[in-house]
Amino acid sequence: MSVSTVTKEQFKSFVAALVDSDQNVVGVQAKDDKFAFGELTDANALRLDYDVTILPPKKYMLPQREALMNFEVAGAAESVQPDEKMVLLGVHPYDMIAINQMDELFSQGEYDTHYMNRRNNITIIACDVVTDSKNVFAASMNSATCDTGYDILLTAIGDAYVVDAATDKGQALVDMMSGANEATDADLKKREAVHEKNIAALNKHELECKPSFLPKLLEKAYDHPVWEERARLCYSCGSCNQVCPTCYCFDVQDEVNWDLKTGTRCRAWDGCLLTNFATVAGDHNFRKKRADRFRHRLYRKGKYVPGKIDGQIACVGCGRCVTACTAKIANPVEVYNTILETTELR
Amino acid sequence: MCECSNGNKDIYLPELCTITKRRMLNGTELFMHLEKDSGEDFDYIPGQFVEASVAGIGEAPISISSSPTQKGLELVVRNVGSLTKVIHGLEVGDKLGIRGPYGSTYPLEEAKGKDLVFICGGIGLVPQRSFIRYALDHRADYGDITILIGTKCHEMRLFREEIALWEERKDMTVMETIDEGHDCWNGNVGVVTTLIPKVESHLPNSQILVCGPPIMYKFVLMALAEAEVPQENIFVNLERRMKCGVGKCGHCQMNEHYVCQDGPVFRYSDLAHVPEAI
Ligand SMILES: Cc1cc2nc3c(=O)[nH]c(=O)nc-3n(C[C@H](O)[C@H](O)[C@H](O)COP(=O)(O)OP(=O)(O)OC[C@H]3O[C@@H](n4cnc5c(N)ncnc54)[C@H](O)[C@@H]3O)c2cc1C
Ligand code: SF4
Ligand code: SF4
Ligand code: FES
Repeated sequence: MSVSTVTKEQFKSFVAALVDSDQNVVGVQAKDDKFAFGELTDANALRLDYDVTILPPKKYMLPQREALMNFEVAGAAESVQPDEKMVLLGVHPYDMIAINQMDELFSQGEYDTHYMNRRNNITIIACDVVTDSKNVFAASMNSATCDTGYDILLTAIGDAYVVDAATDKGQALVDMMSGANEATDADLKKREAVHEKNIAALNKHELECKPSFLPKLLEKAYDHPVWEERARLCYSCGSCNQVCPTCYCFDVQDEVNWDLKTGTRCRAWDGCLLTNFATVAGDHNFRKKRADRFRHRLYRKGKYVPGKIDGQIACVGCGRCVTACTAKIANPVEVYNTILETTELR
Repeated sequence: MCECSNGNKDIYLPELCTITKRRMLNGTELFMHLEKDSGEDFDYIPGQFVEASVAGIGEAPISISSSPTQKGLELVVRNVGSLTKVIHGLEVGDKLGIRGPYGSTYPLEEAKGKDLVFICGGIGLVPQRSFIRYALDHRADYGDITILIGTKCHEMRLFREEIALWEERKDMTVMETIDEGHDCWNGNVGVVTTLIPKVESHLPNSQILVCGPPIMYKFVLMALAEAEVPQENIFVNLERRMKCGVGKCGHCQMNEHYVCQDGPVFRYSDLAHVPEAI
């Protein structure tokens, strides 16, 4: 596997060739005054200088809505297994880390073929952050940079990219890049400088403890007033769940076709902040209070999910929920810092 | 049909089963006996549940009510909503999709040699029946067997013929109560907790198995605490909303526990630091 350097022009030619090939290419593009992942049909539209995308790239492994199986009504079902290959261009380190966590969650225990097939069919070209978004705090969550999960990692250094191929799939793409030369020590130093800069800069909200302390902190915070204080303003809109790269809860529903004889069982994103997420028949809601649902999300990020993945904290500091929350209460750093400042810790 | 991908089965794909018997247990509860269309037998342990579905309508977690010592699978479905209503309309010969079994089990091994006390509220008798039948089929392995059954009213009583047979047996004790008295009922009246003091087994040394509606647990657990039953000897069977049954969808979570995997049967002492449990 190689670390090379290509000029931005050469890289653009590579992307143009990729777009022209029969590969399905998805990349970050401008959408009004924001950015979004979408199918790339023009290499010029790729914006690797973006700050943050509206939705995280999880939608390519776990689509908002996807078919699990086709069925005959009241009869047999046949599994739908996605097999479309895709190159995903421009995944930021914090989103890469979120994908790595989801890979673990969907493959551990009962192996989820739907998620894992999509994931295994995606070649990821990640890129270090060039422009910081207004609410990013990835540095506080140790996710300003990443070192695994991608096939290629790009780092912009002036008018060139350092291209780090981490897998055979990635190397095969690098081999297609004309003009790629082995990266010099000077290039690698520049890359190091980008990483250092990001570790300092991607920190618009500073967590006052190491993220690894959160599970312990939350052991003492269950009855903290912060849940009620903040959740009083919560609209239970679930936006904080929708935009989060590490939220993966889903609902399952059957859809019947027009012929009324066949249909599809689908899964769709769900959110633990939504009022009826934990309601069972007979209208019994196990998380009836807004504060209980609000707390649940922050416990999932800081304690429950980490318990399933070796302590990795399930908030990667992308800041999307901070931006998305109209009530301005979703910021995990503000919540965790409030607890830190007001809790007796031994 | 493709069921595999990288050698892995699709965990969401149900297997078709045929309804071989059906009858109403009361006005709202339908009893069904199922056989797999593949001809294979079901492999499960009392306490577990399945995901039952009708393609086009939906899927729901349903407790297994039969014992692995018998052939086929028995379920009891209460008519409460869109899917369960359709299931109630199914006839013998109709198909039901089944995934599973999922979840934790009753302590079959650990309970050996000990007295068993089943405390059942309403439809809570359904999963308990799996272990009751299993214990009766391995009668020598267990000590005294006592079954306490509380039902809202006389009309709602489940498994009446089977309970009558249990009552005739010399090697077990069955006590029933209904919340509201009725002309054609001359048994106990009052909530299920009122039966607890009548149990002859030494409660602190018994294995106590509890299943009922959410509201019931608080009162039963209080009564058991009063009777000085150690929490290690109490097993509760909990219900939560479930979608996947396999620890992914997040719906059944109860603090860090996934009821579909860590439950539905929990040792009560394991729930001491799980405020969302009871
Ligand atoms: C472990 C376990 C064992 C159960 N055992 C039995 C049993 O043996 N017999 C029985 O009759 N019922 C049992 N239930 C409850 C049963 O799953 C619900 O009554 C059923 O899901 C209602 O479905 P519905 O579509 O008819 O109801 P609706 O009210 O139409 O449901 C509306 C929506 O709520 C969802 N929903 C409601 N309650 C639940 C729930 N508990 N879990 C998941 N989704 C829910 C439905 O899937 C549906 O999407 C059990 C539940 C659990 C968790
Ligand atoms: S909790 Fe908020 S900041 Fe953390 S990963 Fe999710 S959306 Fe991003
Ligand atoms: S985005 Fe804000 S208002 Fe909406 S559910 Fe989340 S915390 Fe509540
Ligand atoms: S039912 Fe989906 S996680 Fe338990």
